[in-house]
Amino acid sequence: MSTHTLYKNARLLDPASRLDIKGELLTHKKKIVSLGEKVDAPEDAEIIDLKGKCLCPGLIDMRVFVGIPGADYKDTILNTGEAAAAGGVTTVCVQPNTDPIIDSIPHIEYLAIRAKNALVNFVPMPAATKQMEGKQMSEIGLMAAAGHKIFGDCSTTIENAAIMSRIFKYASAYDALIVQHLSESNLSKNGCMNAGDLATRLGLPGIPTAAETLVLERDVRLLKGTKGRYHASQVTCADSIEVLKKAKSDDLNVTAGVAVPHLSLNEYAIEDYRTFMKLSPPLRDEDDRVAVVEALKDGTIDVIVSGHDPEDPESKRVPFEQAEPGVVGLETLLSVSLEMHHNGSLDLLTILSKLTSNPAKIMGLESGVLKEGAPADLCIFDLNVPYFVDAEKMVSITKNTCFDGKPVQGRVLKTVVAGKCVYEYNA
Amino acid sequence: MSLFPHPHLLAIEGLKEAEITQILDLADEYVEQNRRTNKKKDLLSGLTQINLFFENSTRTRMSFELAGKRLGADVINMSTSTSSIKKGETLIDTASTLNAMRPDLLVVRHGSSGAVKLLSRKVDCAVLNAGDGKHEHPTQALLDALTIRRRKGRLARLTVAICGDVLHSRVARSNIHLLNIMGARVRLIGPPTLIPAGAERLGAEVFYNMEEGLKGCDIVMMLRLQTERMHGGYFPSVSEYFSLYGLDYEKLKNAKEDAMIMHPGPMNRGVEIDAAVADDLTRSAIQEQVEMGVAVRMACLDLLTRGKREGEAS
Repeated sequence: MSTHTLYKNARLLDPASRLDIKGELLTHKKKIVSLGEKVDAPEDAEIIDLKGKCLCPGLIDMRVFVGIPGADYKDTILNTGEAAAAGGVTTVCVQPNTDPIIDSIPHIEYLAIRAKNALVNFVPMPAATKQMEGKQMSEIGLMAAAGHKIFGDCSTTIENAAIMSRIFKYASAYDALIVQHLSESNLSKNGCMNAGDLATRLGLPGIPTAAETLVLERDVRLLKGTKGRYHASQVTCADSIEVLKKAKSDDLNVTAGVAVPHLSLNEYAIEDYRTFMKLSPPLRDEDDRVAVVEALKDGTIDVIVSGHDPEDPESKRVPFEQAEPGVVGLETLLSVSLEMHHNGSLDLLTILSKLTSNPAKIMGLESGVLKEGAPADLCIFDLNVPYFVDAEKMVSITKNTCFDGKPVQGRVLKTVVAGKCVYEYNA
Repeated sequence: MSLFPHPHLLAIEGLKEAEITQILDLADEYVEQNRRTNKKKDLLSGLTQINLFFENSTRTRMSFELAGKRLGADVINMSTSTSSIKKGETLIDTASTLNAMRPDLLVVRHGSSGAVKLLSRKVDCAVLNAGDGKHEHPTQALLDALTIRRRKGRLARLTVAICGDVLHSRVARSNIHLLNIMGARVRLIGPPTLIPAGAERLGAEVFYNMEEGLKGCDIVMMLRLQTERMHGGYFPSVSEYFSLYGLDYEKLKNAKEDAMIMHPGPMNRGVEIDAAVADDLTRSAIQEQVEMGVAVRMACLDLLTRGKREGEAS
C-alpha cells in the first residue's frame, strides 16, 4: 500500500501563512510533503477527494484535563484522545492536576506510557511548583532539558509573589513558559459565579473580575526585568484585556488564552442553577464577553482553548455551590468557535490561528501549520453544515457539556494525526 | 375552589400579583380559624407532609408543622442531625428515597441556594421552599406581606425599608421581589459591605445612611445580622454596627409616625435592634408576624394540594 496520501479538491486553510485556496495537499508517512493548487503525487498515492471541504492544521488545545478521580485513569486518557480526535484536535496540553500530580520527569514518563495508545498527541504541562502547592519550584531545569518547556499549576493560582518572581527568573534561563491561572484566592473564596446582580438574585456568592485582573497585573509587574515567558491561561474580562494590551505594547513576553464558553456564553446561562455552566473562572457578563471576542480579533488574546474537564455526574448533580466547576469541550471546540465566523465577529483564518498556529508557536511545536515537512496533523471539516450539539452522541464518557442542544454550524469530518486517520464522521 | 397554577412554591420571583393576592386572601381566612378554640380542619386528612430541614430551624419548622397539623395532614419532621445525610447521602438520593415513601408535601430548607429547586425536580409531590441558602424564603415574604396588609390595608405605594445584612439574607431577596410585584417601593439600608452587588437592579433604592433611608418610610423591616455566614470582617465591630445601623427610637424618628417595625427573628437585641423598640407593641409587629406565619403556610399547603385533592374527589 502506498505511503502517500493526496487530499484533493480541498479548501486549504493555513492561518500561519494566511493561505486560503482551493488546492491539494500531499502527505508521506507522518509528514506533509507539499501543498498548492496542484501538486505532483506518485501514481500509487491514495487519493482522498474532499469535494471542497476545508482542510486546516490539526487543532492544538492548551487546556485539557485528564484522569479525574474515581474514573479509570487509563480509560480516561484514551477517551480524552477519542474525544479530541472527534473534535479535530490533534494535540492536547495535559494539565498536571492528575493523581499523582505531574511535577517531575518520572510523572511525565508515566503519562507518556499511559498515553502511548491514545489517538492524539499528549503534551504534558508539568506543575510549576511541587504538588501545585505554590511553595517550592518544581524541577523546571531538568524537565526543560528533557524537552518540556511549559509549566503551570493549572487550576491553582501561584499566589506568592516572591515565588512567582523567582519562577520567572529561573524559568527564563531555560526558555520555559509559565502558565498562570488567574484567580486571587481571597477574592474568589467560596465564590461560584460572576459577582453582580444575577449572583445577587440567585443568592450565590460571586467572584469579582478583580480576582482575575489583580493576579494578571501583579504577574506582569513581576515579569518586567526578567526575560520570562508568561501565558495567562484564561482571561474573561475587559479589565484584564487592558492589562494585556499594555504588557504587549511594553514588549513583554506575554500571551493569553480564552476558553470557548467565555466566547459564546455569558453568566445568564447559569439561570436556574445549571451546574454545567459552572466554570473557573466563571462566565462573565455580556460586556466582558464582547470585550473578549474583540480582544481575539485585535490579537490581544492569542489562543482559544476548550478547557476540557470531565466531571462525573456526582460532581454536577448537586446544589450549584457544591458542584465542581468544569465542562467537557474538545468535541465542540471547533464548531462553537466557528460561531464567530458565521456571525461575522472574526474571519475564519483568525479563528483558526487561535486554534492552530498560535498555540503551536507558544508551545514550541512543529505542528499547527500546513507546510512542507510539518507533521501531517490535519483537521478536515465542513464549514457550513448546521446541526444541534447532542451530549448523548458525544464520544466523551462524561457528558458535562455547556453546549447541549446548542445550534452550531460546522462539523469535523476527519482528523489525521501523523498521517494516520484517527477519526472519521459517520452520519 | 380556585386552583393555584404552580406545582411548587419555590420562590416569590415568578409569581404574579393575583397569585400572591390569592394566597394572602386565603391566609386571612386561616387567621380567623386559628383564633378559634377549635383550630383544626380535616382538609388535608390522609395526606403526608414531610418537613425536611438540612439547616437548623425551630420557628419555621414548627410553624410548618403546626400549619400541616391544623389542616389535618400527617406531619413528619426530618432533620439532618438524625438522618443519613450525615452519612454522605447526596441530596438527590435523599429526594428519591423520600419520594418513594409517597409524601404529598415536602417542606424543605437547605443551606445552598437552588438546592430546593434541584430537589423539586426529582420528586412527584408539591415542594415548599422553607429557605434555600441566600436565595429565597418565600413563605417569610408572604407572612410579612400579610402582616403589612392587615395593618395598613394595602401593599401598593407603601415605602418599605429593608435594613441590615441584605447580603446574606434570603428573606430580603424574597421581600424585594414580593414588594415590587405588589407595587410597593423598596429601600435597602445597610453598610456597603452588606448590600449585595447590583441590588438596584432588583428594584430597590440603596441607602448607606440609615437616617436618610428611613425618611418617610411606612414599614421598617430589620434583618438579623447573620454572623454565622460571614467569613472575614464585613464591618469593624458590633458596637459600630449598632450605632450606625441598629434600630433605636432616635433613628426611628425619621420614619413616618405610624411606621411599623418588623423582624423575621430570631432577633439580636443590641445588635440590629434596640430592645425597647423590639418590645414596643404599638410599633412592633414581630409577634404578629409569627402568628401570620402559620396562617400563610396553611394557605400554601392548602393551595398546593388542591389539584390533587380535586382530582381524587372527582
